[in-house]
Amino acid sequence: MENQNRVTYDSAKQGPHALSELQDLFRYRFLLEQLIKRDLTTRYKRSVLGIAWTMLNPLGTMLILSFVFSNIFKATHSYPVYILTGLTIWNLFSQASMATTSGLVWGGTLLKQIYLPRTVFGVSAVGTGIVNVLLSLIPLILVMLITQTPIRITILFIPIPIIIAAMFTLGVGLLVSGLAIYFPDVADMYNILLQAWFYLTPIIYTEEIIPKQFAGLFFANPMYWIVRLFRLPTYFGVWPQWADIWPALISGLSALIIGWFLFTARSDEYSYRV
Amino acid sequence: MMANQRAEILPVVDLSDVSVQYNIPTEKIGTLKEFAIRRLQGKVSYKKFWALNHVNLTIYRGEVFGLIGNNGAGKSTMLKVMSKVLRPATGRVILYGKIAPLLELGAGFHPELSGRENIYLNGALLGYSKNQMDDVFDEIVDFSELKAFIDAPIRTYSSGMYARLGFAVATAHFPEILIIDEILSVGDESFRHKCEARIRNYQSRGSTVIMVSHGMGSIEQLCDRAGLLDHGKLVTVGDPKEVVARYRAEN
Repeated sequence: MENQNRVTYDSAKQGPHALSELQDLFRYRFLLEQLIKRDLTTRYKRSVLGIAWTMLNPLGTMLILSFVFSNIFKATHSYPVYILTGLTIWNLFSQASMATTSGLVWGGTLLKQIYLPRTVFGVSAVGTGIVNVLLSLIPLILVMLITQTPIRITILFIPIPIIIAAMFTLGVGLLVSGLAIYFPDVADMYNILLQAWFYLTPIIYTEEIIPKQFAGLFFANPMYWIVRLFRLPTYFGVWPQWADIWPALISGLSALIIGWFLFTARSDEYSYRV
Repeated sequence: MMANQRAEILPVVDLSDVSVQYNIPTEKIGTLKEFAIRRLQGKVSYKKFWALNHVNLTIYRGEVFGLIGNNGAGKSTMLKVMSKVLRPATGRVILYGKIAPLLELGAGFHPELSGRENIYLNGALLGYSKNQMDDVFDEIVDFSELKAFIDAPIRTYSSGMYARLGFAVATAHFPEILIIDEILSVGDESFRHKCEARIRNYQSRGSTVIMVSHGMGSIEQLCDRAGLLDHGKLVTVGDPKEVVARYRAEN
């Protein structure tokens, strides 16, 4: 009987938000798994091809873009592979950071009724994104074979850019979704920003076509470094050097830390707001 | 015998001087653009609204406690403070035991997933692990009487079937503290009896039940004690019949 009278919750006692959120997230890891599974299975549940769409989707975009721009980038070897490598990592970022916000909207009705770690929707959105990237490696390798792009051993490096992209995505996603709880128009603004960001990053064009005096625009863009870090071991087939890695790594880490701390610092307020 | 008597006076939920305050903007500001403009003009103002106003309450192990009051009196806010959803602005909430809240009808279900998949999703939302859900899966299917439909997507379910599944998942594990917010008003007569029987069974094994209801009959019948809330203040706590009588007299 004595052991029944243990304290399971005390509103006056709370460790640092950022840390207690991490502990709670670990306790709810089965929920993370379930949310990722749900996102993967429900997205194409009522379509005939099902999960194959995850692979066909970037392939279709790549085909259209290569067709439209093939004349301009005639000199670029294996242009389809160039596009596809860029799109793969960009899609992880754009889709998962948007999904963080929509996940929090879906979870809003739940957050008002039961306790959940508030970061669970962001983390599961990025988890889904990582699975999608892994799936889209299959069409990527296929296209590389078809276009006779050499597949080198350096391809084994790609977990590093994927992890860095995931950190950056989660950080940005948490920031945007945290703001969107207070102001719903932030989600729309972010959507527009993403489109501009897409064209500011060398995904469909090569960086050589941009005049030298604008090169600074790339260096200040974290996605430039992340896309590049993914392309080096795949499209270019070379091992990235430390000078290629650290700008991406610093961007990913700082976005994650800033996003996590700002999001969790106010997370007690969210159930008042959503 | 001694143990039983001791058990009865053990607190499970302890609220001391608990307040919850909502800031309601005097004008609706829905967008960041508007907020930025108003802020620059110095026109952002809030009206303070106390959803709970310095409430003191202790609920003991094994009792069924009912909360009554008009809409907006703070009943649901009180349940939210107890289930960690809202952190109080003042005072302290202490829980002794794991809390099992019941979700609103249909919340936490995904229409495209099957009943089987939704059982796991819903269990995960309530904080259970895979093993814990495996243990009670058959139990849930039996109790909800959905064996024939368990692999169909639940968008094909009726609202009664939703309610049965939701209740079965939420109460599949022995709850130390069970929170019920008007949930028993759904489902047909026979299923409601089944739910009540399960609650009584848990209660006899030591669960504490906290319920909110507008049905004065069920408060009088089921509860050991009741509390009356009015505009965020706990007006009276005591024998359910007396509390209900006072509520009726004031309305």
